[in-house]
Order: sequence, then structure tokens, then C-alpha cells
Amino acid sequence: MSAQFMQYLLTGLTVGAIYALVALGFSIIFNASHVINFAQGEFVMIGGMATVSLTASGLPYLLAIPLAIVAAALVGLALEKFAVEPARGASVVTLIIITIGASIFLRGLAMLVWDKNLHALKPFTGDTPIAVAGATILPQSMWVLGVTLVIVLALTWFFGRTLLGKAMLATSHNHLAAQLVGINVRLVLFLSFGLSAALGAIAGILIAPITTTSYDVGVMLGLKGFAAAILGGMGSGVGAVIGGLVLGIAETMSAGYLSSAYKDVIAFVIILAVLFFMPSGLFGKRGGERV
Amino acid sequence: MAALATVIALLPLALSNNYFYDIAVLVGLNAIVCVGLNLLIGYAGQISLGHAGFFGLGAYGSAILASRYGWPPLAAMLTTTLAVAALAFVVGRPILRLKGHYLAMATLGLGVIIFMVITTEDKFTGGPDGIAVVPFRIGGLVLQGERIWYWLVGALLLVAVWLALNLIESPMGRALRALHGSEVGAEVVGINAADHKVMVFVISAVFASVAGSLAAHYSGFVTPGKVTFLHSIELVTMVVFGGMASTFGAVVGAAVLTTLPQLLTVFKDYEMMVFGAVMMGTMIFLPRGVVPSLARLFQTGRRRDAAKEDGA
Amino acid sequence: MKSTQAGNSLKRGLAAIATTFALYTGPAVAQEPIKIGSFLSVTGGAAFLGDPEQKTLELYVEKINAAGGVLGRKLQLVAYDSAGDAEKARTFAKRLIEQDKVDVIVGGSTTGETMAVVPLVEAAQIPFMSLAGAVVIIEPVKKWVFKTPHTDRMACEKIFIDMQSRKFSKVALISGNGGFDKSMRAQCLGVAKKYGIDVIADETYGDKDTDMTAQLTKIKNTAGVQAVLNAGFAQGPAIVTKNYRQIGITLPLYQSHGVASKEFIKLAGAAAEGVRLPAAALLIAESLPASDPQRSVVVSYNKEYESRFKSEVSTFGGHAYDGLMLAVDAMKKAGSTDKAKVRDALEGIRGYMGTAGVVNMSASDHMGLDLSAFRMLEVKGGNWTLVK
Repeated sequence: MSAQFMQYLLTGLTVGAIYALVALGFSIIFNASHVINFAQGEFVMIGGMATVSLTASGLPYLLAIPLAIVAAALVGLALEKFAVEPARGASVVTLIIITIGASIFLRGLAMLVWDKNLHALKPFTGDTPIAVAGATILPQSMWVLGVTLVIVLALTWFFGRTLLGKAMLATSHNHLAAQLVGINVRLVLFLSFGLSAALGAIAGILIAPITTTSYDVGVMLGLKGFAAAILGGMGSGVGAVIGGLVLGIAETMSAGYLSSAYKDVIAFVIILAVLFFMPSGLFGKRGGERV
Repeated sequence: MAALATVIALLPLALSNNYFYDIAVLVGLNAIVCVGLNLLIGYAGQISLGHAGFFGLGAYGSAILASRYGWPPLAAMLTTTLAVAALAFVVGRPILRLKGHYLAMATLGLGVIIFMVITTEDKFTGGPDGIAVVPFRIGGLVLQGERIWYWLVGALLLVAVWLALNLIESPMGRALRALHGSEVGAEVVGINAADHKVMVFVISAVFASVAGSLAAHYSGFVTPGKVTFLHSIELVTMVVFGGMASTFGAVVGAAVLTTLPQLLTVFKDYEMMVFGAVMMGTMIFLPRGVVPSLARLFQTGRRRDAAKEDGA
Repeated sequence: MKSTQAGNSLKRGLAAIATTFALYTGPAVAQEPIKIGSFLSVTGGAAFLGDPEQKTLELYVEKINAAGGVLGRKLQLVAYDSAGDAEKARTFAKRLIEQDKVDVIVGGSTTGETMAVVPLVEAAQIPFMSLAGAVVIIEPVKKWVFKTPHTDRMACEKIFIDMQSRKFSKVALISGNGGFDKSMRAQCLGVAKKYGIDVIADETYGDKDTDMTAQLTKIKNTAGVQAVLNAGFAQGPAIVTKNYRQIGITLPLYQSHGVASKEFIKLAGAAAEGVRLPAAALLIAESLPASDPQRSVVVSYNKEYESRFKSEVSTFGGHAYDGLMLAVDAMKKAGSTDKAKVRDALEGIRGYMGTAGVVNMSASDHMGLDLSAFRMLEVKGGNWTLVK
């Protein structure tokens, strides 16, 4: 019984870590601009697919991965510059539609640049499962968990200790005040897209050896990442991570103990239940409404 | 409104074969959903990313009752609509306590749950491949064929628009607009925000459900393909594209976004890219939607002319 | 000043509208080509199917035209992307019939899309070659609807026969929530008893899921399971296979014809070793003995497809090839493109050798394949091999 539980837990953590990375991307952009970037899932796709084609053309992982991340970051920056910035001041719903249009555009572009097939990436350090307390975990899953942890720590250091990070944090608290103390809010917005895109790409590269990748993996992962970000409280970094892990574990536990057919339903029901009792998510800012 | 009636009456002159009628019927059905959704998004200022769920429930409800259990289609549709209204009422209350992105997520979750239940309970619903639906019957009269449906849907669209316009001008409509402006402010003057929000939610769900039931009978089958998150997004896009807080905007938005994919087939492989680019472009350059932006252009044009005349 | 500006833009606007209409209605042709209509899932969840199907149709329409066409006329392919959506498929089929006025339809990558279109083709009385899998398409037989792929029921039967020969009687089933998966699962549950198979575990996963270890763990802990059958396609089965080895299940694993392609081996990697599935001879074309009557057809298709598109063949492309060739054959036999004559000719096709197998159509059988059309294959050394 407990070996089963361990298996579900380990798998849930792996899947959850990926959701967490995507959710972080949502939160960072939301903090800087109050925009929900529905194209976040496509960054995940770009990371994976770019790595596939770079390695297929002969580059080793050590070169291909950073290049893929940079490529995704560039796409993120372009998205901000050409789609979001011109529309600043538009209503929330309009901005949502713009990012959705962007996600459709990127998927269409991906279809042409790459193809519609599924692609596999070789795992970073091999395929032999490691036994842990009666369950097994792939070496690649260890990479997923490890890298996610490193990233969370790095982001904590970035936002807490560096000037740029603190500027971004200040912007998320109060745009106007940040401008008044001389922070270049537009630059912050610009960079936040780049950073989120990079995070998404890393998630895509980490998970591709386990799940294969294709031009439309972004849709489901983006949706789950968004759900995780909301669950944890949109805009909260801690919330994004916890939300992602909770969502991942809820999914695997539901599949294992309840019904594998309904596991997504159960996950969403849990999210709805949390929102009913905590309308701003687990760690969301409990905002008062200014009259 | 008279303009819309004229367009509906004269359009058949431009429609040369059944394929064009088919598109017109689809536009009409989408427009009915959008008119309802516009009340929720444009006037009451809420958001729903799950309205395809209500459309789907209407479609499947009618399909299952009429085809599997042999109910008369009209009775099936009315029963389904009542059931959907009840569901929207029960679910609406807790969901509409949420705001902004949280509300978006909750409605999205609702839509996904509906989709998953429909897809999984294949004994009832036929699962992902769906089920066939009997044609629509009123008494002994069978309604089949694109042209008949064109007139039926056209008439119903006019009814829907009339209802929406009346609602907007009624005290309830004014209450909704007050809510949109400031929820706290509206409550201060005695408007029960929660009640009004739920009522609009239910009304928009009913519009969607009726359109869904009709769509099921018209197509002759239902599949979960129309109950997806992507279709919910399409509906919201139609409303926003056409112009929020504009009933005719909703109709225009439905018309453009339903016919656009047909026109874009010439782009073959580039179709998705072009569609995404069009979505982005129109939202960036016409952020208030097509109808309000064009209306403003005409107004500024007229004002400039008037000023010139005065000046000259 | 202003009025001429307005006049100019009005003229430009009218010109734009006129050009759009021209594009829309297409150029007038001197000698009327034979129009082959098609709606395929080129994008979306079933792109796995539609993409090779479209490529195949394009390739062979070109080749046939280069060789002189059919009945002295060129072929023209009118293809739309229905993206796996039954509603889009219905609208495009209507467009093909009413607007483009095609002579025959070869398409419908998925069962949902095909079934949505059936009432239309029956009413319009136009021959329709479906490329989808489920048995409901041709059972009960519909006058104008034919299909080229093997049915999912046949796949179940072929697998169960193989299991019987290996003395398996207790089996676990795992499938996705897509149309193909559900249909095949229902068929397998329906015919299992006939082959003495008892399905003692039945798990499902979401088509876009990234991990199936939970479901497989449940199967692993079910006592008495002797073999596992995964009825699915696209990325699900590849992940199932990898997870299968990861958690150490050593029982034989069967996949469905939904993943009959070299892509599957690439995606599942080393985990695919030992997996068996029923497939058309297309996959092992080169290793067929010279005496095999299918050899020349499949080898030639493989060569053409791979050299032109630089990617692996898939059996789904093969189904499109069969659909097109059968339609062309019927037109030649009927000596015209009259829809009723072509339909009758289709029903009369006997002994036609396609990529899927020998086709013997009849008034009661609009698919024409039997179980011999399926070969049982196994992955050995990273490649598909025939199970003797």
C-alpha cells in the first residue's frame, strides 16, 4: 500500500514541479503588468521543440539547452514589445484576447518551423529507474525536481537581494510609486516577459524526455499552469510553487485512489472548492476594494 | 434593430447555395450565444471562460432526451433549458463571489468539468464520438434543411436581440451597468449585487443553452468538440471583438469570427498563424471592439465636418 | 480633395472585394478536372493521422496527373483542414458538396468527423471513402459510405488470437479518453469472451496526460494479470510504454494499430522492445518475402513517401493511398465520374491489393478487408519485425 502511495507521491511531485514552473511564469508577468499571459504554455513548447531541433542538427545538450532558452526568451520579449506594449491601457479582457491570439499565432508558427509530429528528447542522464521506498523514479524526474528547487532558490535570491529583482517586486506592489522612485517600469515589464519565457522553456526542456513534445503541448500545460497559479494565489511566487505541487499530487492521487477517468475533474473541483473558501487563492493578496 | 431585420431578410439574395446558408445559420446560432454573453461581460462586467459548457449542456440535453428517450424535441429543449438555468443559478451564487482572474478560472474550471463529464460518460453521451440527433419537430412539422433553419434562426436572433435591448433599458439593466461601474457604489445605493449578477449569469446561460439545443438538431449530431475551453474562448473573443456593451457588436463579432476561418482556408498551412495575427491585430488597433470603434470614427468624422462647416 | 480620396478608397475597397470573390470561387478551367474532395485532421489532436494523409493525397494526385490523369482528365484535390472537429468537418463537407462540387470525397480522419458527415453524403448521393477506424462506419452498411482502414474490432480480434496462442486468459486494459481509444476499448470488451479472454483490470488516462504510472501501478498490483493491452494513439501509448518499463512490469505489452509507425519506436525508445501490435504490412515492407503479393505495393509506397517527404511512412498515409486508388479504380471501371456508377463500381471491387491488404468489397461489406490483412508485429532491436 505504501509503495503505491510513494509512487503516486513521486509522480505527483514531478508533474507538480512542471506546473509550478509554468505557474511562476504566469505570476511574474501578472505581477509586472496585471496581464494573464495565455501564451505562457507556448514558451514551454518552444523550449522543448527548439532543443529537439538543435540536438537533431548535432549540437550537444550543453549548447542546445541554453540556446533554446534564449530563443524562448527572445520570443517572450518580442511578444511584449509588439503585442502587449501597443495595447497598454486596454481592458483586462482585451489583453487576455491578445495573449490568446498570440498563443494561436505561435502555435501556427511552430507548425511551420517544425512539424506536427511528436518528438522525444534523450534523458539527461539515462533511463534506468531508481528505486525509492518501493517505488521507482526516473533520473529525469530527479532533474525536474532538482532544477525546480534551484530555480526557486535563485528567484528568491534575485527578488530579495538584487536591485533589479527588488525593482520588479516594487513594481508589482504599486506601479505608480515605483515610477515615482525612478524605476523604469517599462523595462521591468519587458524583462518580466523574458524571464517568464525562460522559465517556461526550462520546464519544457526538463519534461520533454519524459513525455515527448510536439507543437501543441503548450495548450494543456498552459491551462494547468494557470490553474496552479490561481490555486496558489495569482501573483504570489510561493503560491505558484505550492499550487503547482498541490495540483500535481492531487491529480496522481485521484488517478490512483479514486478514478483515473475523472482525475482532471477532481483536480478542478478541488481548485473550485479552495476558491470558494479562499477567493484569492491559497497565498493570494487579500485585496481590499478601493471605492 | 430594424437594420438587423433588414439584413436578415435581404441576405438570402447573396447566398447562392446551401453551404452559404449553412454558414449563415452557424453565425446566427453563435450570435444568440454572444448576445447573452455580452450581457454578462459587457454590461455586468463579469467574465466567463466556460460558456461553451452551457452551450454543450443544451446541445447534449436536447440530444439525449430527444434521440435516446424519444421525447418531442420541443419538450426536450424546454426541459433542458430549465435544467441548465437551475444549474447556473445554483453554481452562479458561489462562483460570482469571485472577481477578475479568479472568476475567470472558476468559470474555466466549470467548463472543463462539464466537458470531462460529457466525454467520460459515454454510455449516455456517446463519448468523444458523440451521438446522432433527430431533426427538430414541432407537432407534425419537421424542420430540416438549411433554408428553413435560416429563417428560424434569423427570427430567434431578432427575438434574442430584442430581449437583450429591453433588458438593458430596464431598471435591471441600469442596475447592471451601475454594478459594472463600481460594485461597492452600486451596493451603497441599494442594488443587491449578488442577486443581479446571478440573474445575468442565468440569463446568459439560458441563451447559450437554447442555442446549443438548436445547434444539435440542426447539425444532426453532437460531439464534445463544441464544449471545449477553446470554444469558450472563441465566444468571448466574438463578444470582445464586436464590442463589449454593444448588442449589435456581439452579432457582428459572431458573424466575423464564424466566417473568418472559412475565408482563411486559402492560407492553407498559414491559417492558424493568420488567425492568431488577426486576433492580436484587431485587439491592439481596435481595443474597444469593432462596432464601438467604428461608431467613434464616424462620430469624430461628423464632428470634424461640422466644425469645418462652422469654421468655413 | 476629400471626395476623391473617398472615391479612391471606395474603388480600392471594391477591387479588394472582387479579388476576394475571385480567390474564393477559383479560376475557370478549360478542360474540367475530376475533383477529389477531402477534409482531414491536419492540425489538432489527430494531426498524427491527417498530416500523412494529406501529404499522401497530394503526392499521388500529382503522380497520377503526371501519368496522364484519369479518363483523360486531370485530378484536382480540394482539401480542407477540419482539425479533428466534427462540426468543422460537417461544414467543410457541405462546402465540398455544394460549393466546390466535387465528384468523390476521400477523407474523415477520425470516426467522429466521419459520422457527422454520413447524413450529408447519403443525402447528396456522393461516394465517400472514409479514413477512420471504428466499425460503426460500415456497420450497418450505408449506401454511399466506404472505408479503407481495418476496423478497431479487427485489431482486438487479431490481438486476442495472438494472446490465445500464448495461453493468456487474464488481461488488463488501459486506454485513453479519445474517440479512437474509447471505441476500441468497447470493441475489445465486446469480443473478449469469444477468445476466452477475461479483462480483469480496466484503467484510463487523459489523452494529453504526461504520466501514467498511477494507472499502471494499479494494474501491476492486480493479481493474475498475464498481459496488458493499451488501446490508444498519439503520445499516450509512448508514455504508457515508458512508464511500463519504469515501474518494472515484465508482462507482455500489446499496443493498437493506432501507433503502427516507426515514430512510436523513436518516442518510446528502448522501452518499446518486445511490444506487439497488429499492423498493415506497410511497416515491414522491406522484410516481406518476395513471394508476398503485397510486397510491390507497399515497397513502392514506402519509397515514394519517404523520398518525397523525408519522414517515416505511417499506415494512416497508406489508408489515404488506398482510398484514392480505390476511387480512381472505380472511376476507370465505371468509365465515368457519374456518382452512382462510381459507387456501384466501388462495390464491385474484388482482389484489389492495397497497402492495408487485399480488398474485396461487396454490397454488404464496404471495407473489404479480412483478418489476414493485419500482420502481428513485434519490436526487436529497435525495429518492427514480423511475428511468425
